[in-house]
Amino acid sequence: MLHADVALRLGALDLAAEVEVADGEVVAVLGPNGAGKSTFLRAVAGLVSLDGGSITVDGQVLDAPDEGTFVPTHRRPIGVVFQDHLLFPRLSALDNVAFGLQARGMRKAEARGQAAGWLDRMGLADHAGAKPAALSGGQSQRVALARALATEPRVLLLDEPLAALDARTRLHMRAELRRHLATFPGARLLVTHDPIDALVLADRLVVLESGRVTQEGTTDDVVRHPRSRYVAELVGVNLLHGTAAGDRRVRLAGGGELIVADPVPATELAVAVRPQAVTIHRDEPEGSARNAWAATVTDLEARDDRVRVQLAGPVGTGGDGDAGLVAEVTPAAVTALGLAPGTAVWATVKAVDLAVYER
Amino acid sequence: MSGRRGATGQRGRPPWALVPLAALTVTFLLVPFVALLQRAPWSGLADLLRDPVVTDALRLSLISACTATVISLVGGIPLAWMLARTDFPGRSLVRALVVLPMVLPPVVGGAALLFAFGRRGLVGGPVYDGTGFLLPYSLWGVVAANTFVALPFLVVTVEAGLRSANLRYEDAAATLGAGRWMIFRRITLPMTLPSVVAGAVLCWARALGEFGATVTFAGNLQGRTQTMPLAVFLALESDREAAIALSLVLVAVSLAVLLPLRDRWLAA
Amino acid sequence: MLMPVRRLPALVVCAALVGAVACGDDDTADAADGTTTDLAGTITVFAASSLTDAFEEAAEAFEQAYPDVTVELNVAGSSALREQILAGAPADVFAAANPSNMDQVAEAGEVDGDAEVLVHNSLEIAVAAGNPGGVEGLEDFADDSLLIGLCAIEVPCGDFGREVLADAGVTPAPDTEEPDVRSLLTKVASGDLDAGLVYATDVESAGDAVEGIAIPDDVNVVADYPIAALAGAGEPEIAAAFVDYLLSDDGQAILTSYGFAPA
Repeated sequence: MLHADVALRLGALDLAAEVEVADGEVVAVLGPNGAGKSTFLRAVAGLVSLDGGSITVDGQVLDAPDEGTFVPTHRRPIGVVFQDHLLFPRLSALDNVAFGLQARGMRKAEARGQAAGWLDRMGLADHAGAKPAALSGGQSQRVALARALATEPRVLLLDEPLAALDARTRLHMRAELRRHLATFPGARLLVTHDPIDALVLADRLVVLESGRVTQEGTTDDVVRHPRSRYVAELVGVNLLHGTAAGDRRVRLAGGGELIVADPVPATELAVAVRPQAVTIHRDEPEGSARNAWAATVTDLEARDDRVRVQLAGPVGTGGDGDAGLVAEVTPAAVTALGLAPGTAVWATVKAVDLAVYER
Repeated sequence: MSGRRGATGQRGRPPWALVPLAALTVTFLLVPFVALLQRAPWSGLADLLRDPVVTDALRLSLISACTATVISLVGGIPLAWMLARTDFPGRSLVRALVVLPMVLPPVVGGAALLFAFGRRGLVGGPVYDGTGFLLPYSLWGVVAANTFVALPFLVVTVEAGLRSANLRYEDAAATLGAGRWMIFRRITLPMTLPSVVAGAVLCWARALGEFGATVTFAGNLQGRTQTMPLAVFLALESDREAAIALSLVLVAVSLAVLLPLRDRWLAA
Repeated sequence: MLMPVRRLPALVVCAALVGAVACGDDDTADAADGTTTDLAGTITVFAASSLTDAFEEAAEAFEQAYPDVTVELNVAGSSALREQILAGAPADVFAAANPSNMDQVAEAGEVDGDAEVLVHNSLEIAVAAGNPGGVEGLEDFADDSLLIGLCAIEVPCGDFGREVLADAGVTPAPDTEEPDVRSLLTKVASGDLDAGLVYATDVESAGDAVEGIAIPDDVNVVADYPIAALAGAGEPEIAAAFVDYLLSDDGQAILTSYGFAPA
């Protein structure tokens, strides 16, 4: 089990995040570039030292500045798969995988024997003698994984494991990686900016933004209930912040008010609404929608066979730095309504289409 | 097969303005050698080459240059590592010290070596009084002088190589459990091999051609301390043809070592 | 190794010169047809290294007498100078440390007229002040336990040195054969050599740092130092004048003060 309570400053980054990964668990640290994800991982690996906090694996303290303890990287029971794989260019695939075993004192012949077994498991027995330059992206990834696993670490760290692959390979490798990760018994921590990686590979998500954890939970939980703009955008929903103003009423940071279907769970609230659930009218609408407001079109963006319409108004502006509400309509609707930047419209959304949860 | 065949684009086609400059430079280097070849006493060459003066000088030159290079590698690589990777107090001073022998006129270097390791030298004096051991007038003196002037070339080249090495591979090795010594031995050194080779070649060449510091510190005695450059210099005084022959021998030996050096050993 | 002549204190020289001019000494320069013209220009003098100090002073004195004249000295081993002259280096006067080098230059037709003997020099054993090596004579040059230095045989002092030793019946055990006499002297003075075989003038020039041990006359050599104005001289008048000056009483006085034996 890994317990990482990381507090450090590196250049402009101020990182303070705590993550726990149990044996058998895959936790993904998800965040935008510059959030501090890689730094977090490097701290766990011992490549950068903490200013405060502690890192413990199975009870063994690896880094605790307050106690003056620091176990150097090469003595940590970890395995790392790097973003660019970092296979030693002058060694064959076999010798790359055998490297860690030799570092731990195993004799060359025996190390190579075990390494051959790992490569076989990865389906790379034919490429054992190849140099890294001769391997494809996917093959090199598998060698990197085998290399990290060969030393039987207790924690496996993966730094953007699929980032170096082209889209097609990534699709295929994601599934494979999931399979291989499943065979590893220890704690697995992966760091990524790609939400699909996180969704496919991880059991739990930790969202890291600007050095702080903004959300954590199961993947399902995070996706359904995004608590930050970053996650909301990732998942593709509108996120609004507000406070309770009644049993089924939410006052939004932007000034508007929404009526929701179920009783509000708390005082500080987040409201998520899918762009598809927002309807646009030219005139003030009639109908069963409890929530209607006047808005102005600020932007139109064609996306696949839909158009995303950016709306400014009392719903969706203010708070969380959001720049408006996004509604998704068909191109035909755009023409029929005569939508263009600056057009005055009415927007409605049904109470049942609003997901409200504690912020 | 790597993609070096059929190089197009940036590789292999120089910007046109560079070609005449490069050609001019090569000519400048080539003409003296051509002139040397033109004056060579080809008829008497074989006899000259059998002369003990020549064979002794060549033997001494090769032994001392190679020994100096080995010493430079053993001592210079660690020094280069320290300069490239560690931040110790006085680092810039040490780097300046390393560059100094390249800047000093070799004779000054030789004089300094005498003041240090000569019979009345700072270190040489007490050593001589205590043990009777003396560096000057011996082959070890030649090696010392050669090392003094040639070592900086190796250190500077290897330091540059180490600085530009990708540290991430070393990180990866550490995560696999490799301690610092293993990382140095199996990752760093092989990765910086091109710069080590280049540095060793420069060092060897400089040591082979070394004259001023050698004659000032180690003296000049056939069979013991008279290296090729010394023999050439003295031959110029009395027998010009012999001097040219000796020079050609030196050039031939150097070429024999430099030509087989493959491009890829020197490439990163 | 071109050395511009430094301004040395030259009171004594001035006095001698004034005396010479006042007496109307016919060694002061005249034009070839007998008219006296004031000389102006620069000459380059190639001189053997053992002549360095003496020539510097003499050149100073000459420049004093002819203020519009500059004397530039190029000092090196005689054979190196010979090579330079034969290769076409611009020189007006050549003063060598042995006749052989001058003969070679003359054979190539580079000498204007005939060379003359400028001075004589003989060899002396040089030891560091205080003689810490306990050197007594030429026999010690065969002593393996001492650090002995000779000039390389390619330079005149090396050639003569071996002649002296052979005449004395000594087989030397040198530790080094220096390419020029100055570096040999420096090593003796610094204590890096116990003894060296150099010119008497060199012992003189090293001052207090070096002591001399005389060599018996019957085995010592007397080296002739020839001097000549060169055929390719840029300033043949000044060149001839300089040679004449050096051969004059005043010139010789300067030279002997440095330990040379007069011509």
